[in-house]
Order: sequence, then structure tokens, then C-alpha cells
Amino acid sequence: MASIKDTILQYVKNEYLETDDDREITYDTPLISGGIVDSFSMVSLKVFLETKFNIQIPDAKASPEAFDSVNNIVNLLKEFSVKE
Amino acid sequence: MAYNVDVRKVYADQLEDLKSQGIFKEERAICAPQDSEIEVEFPIGSEKKKVINMCANNYLGLSSHPEVVKAAHDGLDVRGYGMSSVRFICGTQDIHKELERKLTEFLGTEDTILFPSCMDANAGVFEAILTDQDVMIADRLVHASIIDGMRLCKAQNDSYKHSDMAHLEEKLQLHQNKRLRMVITDGAFSMDGDLAKLDKIVELAEKYNAMVFVDDSHASGYIGRTGRGAHEHFNVLGKIDIITTTLGKALGGASGGCVSGRKEIVEMCRQKARPYLFSNTVAPVIVEGALRVLEIISRSTERRDKLEENSTFWRKGLTEAGFIIKAGETAIVPVMLFNAKLSQDVAKDLYAEGIYAVGFFFPVVPKGQARIRTQLSAAHERHHLEKALAAFIKVGKKYDILGKTKQEIIDKYGM
Repeated sequence: MASIKDTILQYVKNEYLETDDDREITYDTPLISGGIVDSFSMVSLKVFLETKFNIQIPDAKASPEAFDSVNNIVNLLKEFSVKE
Repeated sequence: MAYNVDVRKVYADQLEDLKSQGIFKEERAICAPQDSEIEVEFPIGSEKKKVINMCANNYLGLSSHPEVVKAAHDGLDVRGYGMSSVRFICGTQDIHKELERKLTEFLGTEDTILFPSCMDANAGVFEAILTDQDVMIADRLVHASIIDGMRLCKAQNDSYKHSDMAHLEEKLQLHQNKRLRMVITDGAFSMDGDLAKLDKIVELAEKYNAMVFVDDSHASGYIGRTGRGAHEHFNVLGKIDIITTTLGKALGGASGGCVSGRKEIVEMCRQKARPYLFSNTVAPVIVEGALRVLEIISRSTERRDKLEENSTFWRKGLTEAGFIIKAGETAIVPVMLFNAKLSQDVAKDLYAEGIYAVGFFFPVVPKGQARIRTQLSAAHERHHLEKALAAFIKVGKKYDILGKTKQEIIDKYGM
């Protein structure tokens, strides 16, 4: 089974990269400050995490910083007892 | 709290920050009516320069058309300068109702409601008709005013990759449990100059029981055989549930916008859309001007045909010269430069050559996709475009980007 990290990374690639976008995304790539995910379409990432891991992320916690990289997201998920 | 030194500093720092990032916007003073050739002061206060305008939304060249100007004058004489009221108190004149009827006829819809601008139409419509039981699924490149409107609405929002129908289908499947689904797109995308695939979108919307919303601001008046918009181009007239559009571009260029579509939705906007309820009625002068615009474009397709010829000539000329342009069907032709600084340098050199076009870069367009956006008009004569093309080629040669691939330009100038 894919790790949580890879599940999120895969989702980000499928959800946000256009077919002709060959940018490399790693666990540390800045997603929002790097212009890959804009603050508006960040919502689908939040919905994905909530559905996938059966949690509710309050809006206050769903900050652009908390969502800015796969590693940041994994750290955020730890607060909701979702662990590797 | 008084506006003391500390408060002043908060804003001064932010403005400095914008300047240091190179994204501080400066206005240029146009010392003439809007047209294909204008006199510009830039910076404001400097000597006036005559330039060919390649960045107006004046697609049909009607902004300063003598018939439109005259109609506006007449409107001023017979219906006055302003109404000093919102629509529903004492701000609705016979001509407002007439314009709504004519727009309904032109757009091929059931009913229309005027707003002070299309920005206001987009800001007000979603909140008026959707609730937290519903979902809005938007193309990722929709206009900022739609995003603002969606933010004001309690319905869940989601998005799909630009014009990616497979992704849209996934999202429609994902949200089948919602009360109402609405697919939201621009008809013509303002930064890329391409059209939404409205035939496919309507097909998916029918399959998954969703409404379709189209902001056709950059298409109304010239896209489609008789200029009705993107829905005419894709042969889906009557199948778009909500069209918002502006009177501020092809349709006269002054101001004003509307929501046009299903009659219940339009009525909901009359009852609940806050920018309609709480801002002033569109001025009579604008209404009379817009009525004349609709009359002009309904009696002949000459202007949209000329614009189409101009756009084809321009796209072909740039492509043959070796520029990379975004493929599209509209009068918006983005010349891709990828690097932000290069887009600014090229725009500056073009201006020195007498060509007014603007370079756009992140965050207006995605990172690494900086460009010069050029916009055609029916007011352009062939000699304007030939001169503009010669200037583009001269500047393109200077930066050695003609005939180069995207990778070669990025290797030379960076993302």
C-alpha cells in the first residue's frame, strides 16, 4: 500500500499539474507559494484529505502554510492522529 | 485609532514590497477617446506619445463609434444623467427594461437583469441562487470576479483543470450527492484567448444533471456567426442556464453587465443579488448607448467579420515570424515569453516602437507563463497590424526569440 506521503503526492500531481506541465514535484516542493496550487483550488485538496482520511480540518487549520508542501500536509495530518 | 505614523507605515511597507517585487501597477493617461490609435502619457506628466493600441477590449471598435456616441447624447437629453436610486426603488426606466429585453433576444435566453458591471453580476449571482447543499465546479482559469462571487456563496466550491473534460467529469461524479451542481466557466478565457468547450460541457452537464454558467464577457458581440457568443460558436444556444456578460468590452465598452438565462434564476437575482439591490442603476446614457450597439451589430456582421479577419492575419503573422502564441479562436492573442522580466522588457521596447501592449506574469498568469497579451479590434486597419507586426519582429530579433522553442527561451532567460 502506498504511504500517506505518496498518496498525497500522487493526488497533487493528478489534481494540479496540467498534462503538458513537466514540473517535478517532491515532498518538499512549495505548492502554494510555488504557484502550483492557488489558494482557491486548495479547497479540493482539503476535501480530498477529509474524505480520504475521514477527518474534518477546521478552516483555521487549513492555512496556505499548512498546505504548502506534502511534508507540511503530513505534519498537519498528525494533529488529526493520521500517521505514516 | 488615528491614521498615525505607524498605520501609515503598514501601508507604505506593503506598497514598497509590491514595487520591489516588480508588480506595482501604474496607470497611463490616454489623452484621446478609446481607439486603435491613441495618445498616451506614460509616465503621467511625460510627453504624449501616439501609439497603436493592442490592449483594449474594444473588440468591435464601438467604444467611440459616432452612432453610439450620438445615441448616448440623445439618452442624456431625454432620460437625464442619473437616477439617484437603486433599480427597485425608483431607478428603473422604460429603457432599462428595453435593454434587458434586447439582451435576452440577442443572447437567446429567457430573461436578463442588468448589473452595474459584470464584476457585480458575478459577485452577486451565486449567493443569490445556491446554498450550502450545492456545489460549484469551476474551470481553474475563470475570471477573478467569479472567484470572488464563489467566495461569497455558501455552496461548496471545487475546480477542474483548465478545459480538461475528463477532470470535470470526475468532479461531477464526485458531487452527485449534492442538491444542485453548477459547472462554471468563462466562454472566452481572458488571458489565454481560447474558448471553453461548451458543447462538451453541456453534454456532461446533461449526463450528470448539472447547470451550466458561462461568463461570456470576452466573447459577447463577436464570437459565433452572428456574434452572440461562445454558445453560438458551439451551437448550444438556449442550453446555457446562466450567461453573465459585460457592456464594457465589445458591446460599447462603457460599463454595465448582466445575468441572462433561466427566468427563475434571473428573478432570484432581482430578489436577492446584493450588488443589484444595493448599488445604483446603470446610467441612462449607458443604456441608450448599449441599445444602439445591439442595433448596430444586429443589422450586420460586418464588424465581427472584420475582427475575425484581423485576428487571423495577426495570429498568422506572429506565427510565421517565429513567435510562440497560444492557440485560440478569439481576438485575444497571447505571445508567450515565459520569463516575467522578458515580458516587461519586450513590452517596454514595443512601446518605444509605438505599440501599446502589456506584459503579464505571475500571479496574473501561472509562474513561468509570462506573456504579452495582444487584443485585436475591428477598429484596427491592416496598416496598423502591419506596423505592429514589424515592431514585434524588430523587438523579437533584438531578444533573439524568433523561431525559438519554449525550452530555448527558458534556457536563455530563465522561467
